[in-house]
Amino acid sequence: MTSFLVNGKAVEVNVEPSTPLLWVLRDSLGLTGTKFGCGMALCGACTVHLDGKAIRSCVAPVSHVEGKHVTTIEGLSPNLTHPLQRAWIELDVPQCGYCQSGQIMSAAVLLAENPKPTDTDIDEAMGGNICRCGTYPRIRRAIHKAAELASERRAK
Amino acid sequence: MSAPPMVGRREFLRIGAAAGGGLLVSLYASVPGMDSDVFAAEEKDVALNAFVRIGTDESVTVISAHSEMGQGIYTSLPMLLNEELEADWSKIRVEAAPVDAVYNHPVYGVQMTGGSTTSPAEWIRYRKMGAAARTLLVQAAANQWHVDAASCHVGNGVVIHGSSGKRATYGSLANAAAKLAPPQDVPLKDVSQFTLIGKPMRRLDTPSKTNGTAQFGLDIYLPGMLTAVVARSPVFGGKALDFDATQSLKVPGVKAVEQVPSGVAVIADGFWPAKLGRDKLTVHWDLGPNSGLSTEQMLRDFSETSQKPGTVAKKTGDPEAALKTAAKTLTAEYDVPYLAHAMMEPLNCVVDLRADSCEIWTGTQFETVDRANAAKTAGLPPEKVRIHTTLLGGGFGRRANPASDFVVEAVNVARAAKAPVKVVWTRDDDLKGGWYRPMWHDRFVAGLDAQGNPVAWTHTIVGQSIMQGTPFEAFGIKDGIDSASVEGAADILYGIPNLQVDLHTPKIGVPVQWWRSVGHSHTGFSVEAFLDEVAHAGGKDPYQLRRALLANQPRMLAVLDLAAQEANWGSPLPAGVGRGIATHFSFDSYVAQVIEASVADDGAVRVHRVVCALDCGLVINPDTVKAQMEGGIIFGLTAALKTEITLKDGRVEQTNFNDYPMVRIFETPEIEVHIVSSTANPTGVGEPGVPPAAPALANAIFAATGKRIRRLPIRASDLARETGVKS
Repeated sequence: MTSFLVNGKAVEVNVEPSTPLLWVLRDSLGLTGTKFGCGMALCGACTVHLDGKAIRSCVAPVSHVEGKHVTTIEGLSPNLTHPLQRAWIELDVPQCGYCQSGQIMSAAVLLAENPKPTDTDIDEAMGGNICRCGTYPRIRRAIHKAAELASERRAK
Repeated sequence: MSAPPMVGRREFLRIGAAAGGGLLVSLYASVPGMDSDVFAAEEKDVALNAFVRIGTDESVTVISAHSEMGQGIYTSLPMLLNEELEADWSKIRVEAAPVDAVYNHPVYGVQMTGGSTTSPAEWIRYRKMGAAARTLLVQAAANQWHVDAASCHVGNGVVIHGSSGKRATYGSLANAAAKLAPPQDVPLKDVSQFTLIGKPMRRLDTPSKTNGTAQFGLDIYLPGMLTAVVARSPVFGGKALDFDATQSLKVPGVKAVEQVPSGVAVIADGFWPAKLGRDKLTVHWDLGPNSGLSTEQMLRDFSETSQKPGTVAKKTGDPEAALKTAAKTLTAEYDVPYLAHAMMEPLNCVVDLRADSCEIWTGTQFETVDRANAAKTAGLPPEKVRIHTTLLGGGFGRRANPASDFVVEAVNVARAAKAPVKVVWTRDDDLKGGWYRPMWHDRFVAGLDAQGNPVAWTHTIVGQSIMQGTPFEAFGIKDGIDSASVEGAADILYGIPNLQVDLHTPKIGVPVQWWRSVGHSHTGFSVEAFLDEVAHAGGKDPYQLRRALLANQPRMLAVLDLAAQEANWGSPLPAGVGRGIATHFSFDSYVAQVIEASVADDGAVRVHRVVCALDCGLVINPDTVKAQMEGGIIFGLTAALKTEITLKDGRVEQTNFNDYPMVRIFETPEIEVHIVSSTANPTGVGEPGVPPAAPALANAIFAATGKRIRRLPIRASDLARETGVKS
């Protein structure tokens, strides 16, 4: 048995301890927003937060998350109100959309740690996330936009 | 937590058949298996034809005959339909069509998505469906009020009687409207009357793609469903002789290991045990006839073949004579590799196979073909096979497979599993799985007159046929010429008086397929890069030479001028930065791109800026068009800079994104897209952004370094400065 928290809820799963967190989220817990892209931490589609840090869940054995907090795209906000979600919608970032959960989860950690990222900061934080549709120009703009939205929210 | 809920979708529809862009022939036929009483009852969600349902709660459901793979069609098709329906846009939802002849592509005659054709092909039909539905709603209101329908008008989901001011919502009229005879020929608005088409509308699918609720094929979970991965032959065309699953079956969660025609399936209660089980599987393969294939050998063979003229695809003037009398001739050979589509969502397919039915959930571009192939595999008539098209995590052509490889295999695995099953391809499986953009070789000879103008041009192409053996073979291959092999070469817009394009079509045991922009993905590169060589050989500015050669092509000339102007062609650049230009006509759209790039001492290429100009006729959703150009350019740059599938001893050498790398955000240039305003019929958008990117970059690199790029992907080792690396 492995016990941890997903999006604030306690869960217990009975799988081989070496099973990657990605497949526990998807196959055991039904949280399909986190995506499988490469299985080798090369594309970032599976990015989730582990105690507030971005990790690639496809290579994180579930035993490593015992007792910790996992946040998935489903837990980012209850109603599309996270500044990144608002910016993503305003700028129509996604095309096929498959990589976007991972993109947004990587960006969320960037903004949490760096409320006003530069282009270079974005390049560094987002370099591990591939988008085959080529939405990168919009991802960049949307992260800047989300930073603005977040600062407006803080100012209120 | 339970498994994600299944989509339980009502699929009965009153079938309203529409001939391609023509007459509306609404049949109101009952659907096989449907209880006819259902139609007598008052309904909450009422089909007015096969393309739109109106809910008594005012919801409007547009049925999409085409798959959403990122190109934005789940927004553009509702825009077309609602231009005429005039429902409240905020109430619009989209649903994927079931497989039915009524949803066949108006031009291709099968249900499918591809060829950058959805908007051009559906531009009339979806508006007609909206107009027909609106007419029924207006008539229902007029009947209710005992007034003439002509005295009523609509707006934002409400029918209004002009003189009395009476109002009725679409939802309140839906049931009455559905009982009326469908109208025969409703006139459509003139372009000048459009209020929705041409406005930048936010995509309807974006919210679901920012909170994890968007459902792709891989996200389908059925009760009792198992998951399988398949061990496939390491060489194309090989077969499993026998296997030892002793260790696989010891993995907790592995349920069975079964041979299927495509290999050996490891079936488990989830992906991870299935994958572990496959890791421990031993299979003995009969590798078949292709175990000697090697890219190095093929490169030599293709080049040798190109020295002889092939089957003539196009001939104007007398190129042979013109070459003999030319003041100067120029010869060059170009190579492009096999390419995998590498959609972010690896291939997958869910199948629930029963004695008398087969239900399939997958992201596909090819519903009719998949249904036929699945039915044949399952031993069922096609009407017993239902396909639920999910969102596609990228398509780029791979999910329109003429053999339905990923669907047929899943049906076979489901039969072996004796349970609903999801077959998942790993990234490695996906990259090694074949059905690539063909490897191509191009040999050019150009003749220039004394003023440096090209007067003769011969182009010999060597590469496998894509159309051979597909449903499109009959109109795709004529007189031994696969149109996909010579597109973008035999139909170049440049006015060169003596021209020949000929083709060699070798048969090689590597399965090939359409890949975003198909033949244009190679001819765009080779033609435009060689034309740059011709310009320099003749002492001409590459932009000005193109202008001269496009004198009789006003639409392309306008696009070329727009790109050059926005890019400040000819203005000074920082030291080390070069500027390249390319045009390409594909899918009936005109595109020009100017790229600024530089090369570091170690040969690393940096793309700084891309300026793109496009004429795709009338624009339906401008921001989506821009997005497709941005994405197409990055797709083209990835092919130019990063990717190749190579074979050694018949085996594909690439495995994952480490050795099949993609352009990433830190390599993405600034991209500007300029769209020509037009009222011509809409033309393709999903693919035409791809072809000019590689040649514009290659030409920019020449401008920056004096080095010609004649083989993709561009290799840093070819561009590194020989004078040593600075510390």
